[in-house]
Amino acid sequence: MLHYIGKRLLHLIPVLLGMTFLVFLIIRAIPGDPAQVILGQQATADAIAALRLKLGLDNPWYVQYFDYLKGIFTGNLGDSLRTRQPIASEIWPYLAATFELALFAMIIAVIIGVNAGIISAWFQNSWFDYMAMIIALIGVSMPIFWLGLMEQWAFSIQLGWLPTSGREEVRDPVTAITHFYLIDTLLHGRFDQFVDVIKHLILPGIALATIPTAIIARMTRASMLEVMRSDFVRTARAKGQKMFVVVYKHALKNALIPVLTVVGLQTGMLLGGAILTETIFSWPGIGRYIYEAIGFRDYPVIQSGILIVAFLFVMINLIVDILYTVIDSRIKYN
Amino acid sequence: MSRKAVLEVRELETTFFSDSGKVAAVDRISFSIHEGEILAIVGESGCGKSVTSLSIMGLVPSPPGKITNGSILLNGKDISKFSDKQMRKIRGNEIAMIFQEPMTSLNPLFTIGNQLIEAVRIHHPKWSKKESTARAIEIMKLVGLPRAEQLINDYPHQLSGGMRQRVMIAMALVCNPKVLIADEPTTALDVTIQAQILKLMRDLNERLNTAVLLITHDLGVVAETCERVIVMYAGQIVEEAPVNEIFKNPQHPYTKGLIQSVPDMRYKKDTLYSIPGNVPKPGSILEGCRFAARCEYAFERCLTSNPPLYDASGAHRARCFLLDMEEGGISHVESAAES
Repeated sequence: MLHYIGKRLLHLIPVLLGMTFLVFLIIRAIPGDPAQVILGQQATADAIAALRLKLGLDNPWYVQYFDYLKGIFTGNLGDSLRTRQPIASEIWPYLAATFELALFAMIIAVIIGVNAGIISAWFQNSWFDYMAMIIALIGVSMPIFWLGLMEQWAFSIQLGWLPTSGREEVRDPVTAITHFYLIDTLLHGRFDQFVDVIKHLILPGIALATIPTAIIARMTRASMLEVMRSDFVRTARAKGQKMFVVVYKHALKNALIPVLTVVGLQTGMLLGGAILTETIFSWPGIGRYIYEAIGFRDYPVIQSGILIVAFLFVMINLIVDILYTVIDSRIKYN
Repeated sequence: MSRKAVLEVRELETTFFSDSGKVAAVDRISFSIHEGEILAIVGESGCGKSVTSLSIMGLVPSPPGKITNGSILLNGKDISKFSDKQMRKIRGNEIAMIFQEPMTSLNPLFTIGNQLIEAVRIHHPKWSKKESTARAIEIMKLVGLPRAEQLINDYPHQLSGGMRQRVMIAMALVCNPKVLIADEPTTALDVTIQAQILKLMRDLNERLNTAVLLITHDLGVVAETCERVIVMYAGQIVEEAPVNEIFKNPQHPYTKGLIQSVPDMRYKKDTLYSIPGNVPKPGSILEGCRFAARCEYAFERCLTSNPPLYDASGAHRARCFLLDMEEGGISHVESAAES
């Protein structure tokens, strides 16, 4: 198994290399000059030329690319052109914010999606099945930015139950340690802040969870329907087992692999930063960090940000592949 | 039969409802099985033998299926009227079942031990893990599984088909059921393993005094294993007799056809006999004998009314008008009104 993980990590190198190269070329294909953006509209041509020289932007592209790669292989993600801060230290709070929101959303999606799928398959063609699948269909086709705005309108503005945006109460900010605010507030023993952070998570969490919930529900239902027809399900019933145990123990474990695949892919996508959701809810996450960097033509931030997101995506899929072997001992990697 | 009947099926009718109408897959069949007896139900695919066994277990897929008439008496109690909760106490405990496909009948993601111990603990929730494990190992040894202590940690895919069927038998017998229903237990196995499994079932039947209802399409299996045989055709019992009788003196033309279509090594024949035609589609024959269209002895009466079961001799009964025409010793055992 360790051998397999090592091999998969080695495979990661060409994937990420290819990705850095693509991103490097694409962002340079966008019109616009970082020096111009930094210095503003009024800057003189001389000043811009001087800044370009200082930032190394006048070098041929391949020199810039290899400088960048050299940095990465020595563990240096580069400095932001805009803030002049090392990206490695600057990016963590944004990543943590995205992690927290994505995990919160995926937990909602898995709990609701898996159970709705199971019950729909168990009581196939019942009113619950029809309702759940109609809602799931609406869920996958829902424009998320619109859903986010409607949530804010209903639950913040009209009902006033939940905050409209942000990660925390601005008048009482969380003192960051890990930048996972749910953990930080507990470390400080501030239970009131913990509740407040959860309140901030709910609306963007639901908006982000909508599509994954719907996809997971449909996948679970399809997979369960197939498994429920299996001989071993009949065997379990013939033993006198309760239907609940038959469904949740015998059938579910067998139906889990395709569901896990979908959960992995969806988690990866949420970690990539849901730019729309993060923008609507003013969530200081990685998606917005990269998005703003594009506006400033902050090349190093864009490159390193996307590199990290791609790395996470691949890692999550590796974890999913390893989880397959935990569920099904017949799956072996050599 | 002096032995006590453990399971009595009376006038059982199981109907499947669909958009295109309803079909009685099992049409008012009656039989009983006695303590320690091995009774076989024989018939082609689609004749209703599996539905019979699922009806007894209360596992007919519903919808579309439903028991629409009759009763199933287990030691005098009508279990066909039981709720699912009551049936759960019967399944695996008083009536257990093994299936045709040992390769797919065990859950691939749980160990043999997990599945056996589960079967014990469903019906003995107060037993400790240790007691249940001990019982699981005991029953595994009883069904001739080697190295039971290690096997308990193995997954089904690590076992051969024959071993898996032994595990299935162990799982069925772990709570000492009174009746074991074996639905084509050897069909998916090769011939040598088949013989071993049948021998095992006979041994266990003798040692544990468990009544066995063996469902099969294979007359060879019947000859080797059973005491009594029921032949089913298109949802009805067409013949019922002790095993020697049925091979020596079959009364129903269908049974005769079945026996003739068994290959016999003693006689070299170029082509094997086969019954002409096909099993009628369920629900397609509304009047007359259901076998009439394929029967070489059929006459007018067979096309218009369905024969009742006639006593042939002793415990031998058959559903054929030919018996009605024979001289002497004829009596109706059931009315021909229904069908």
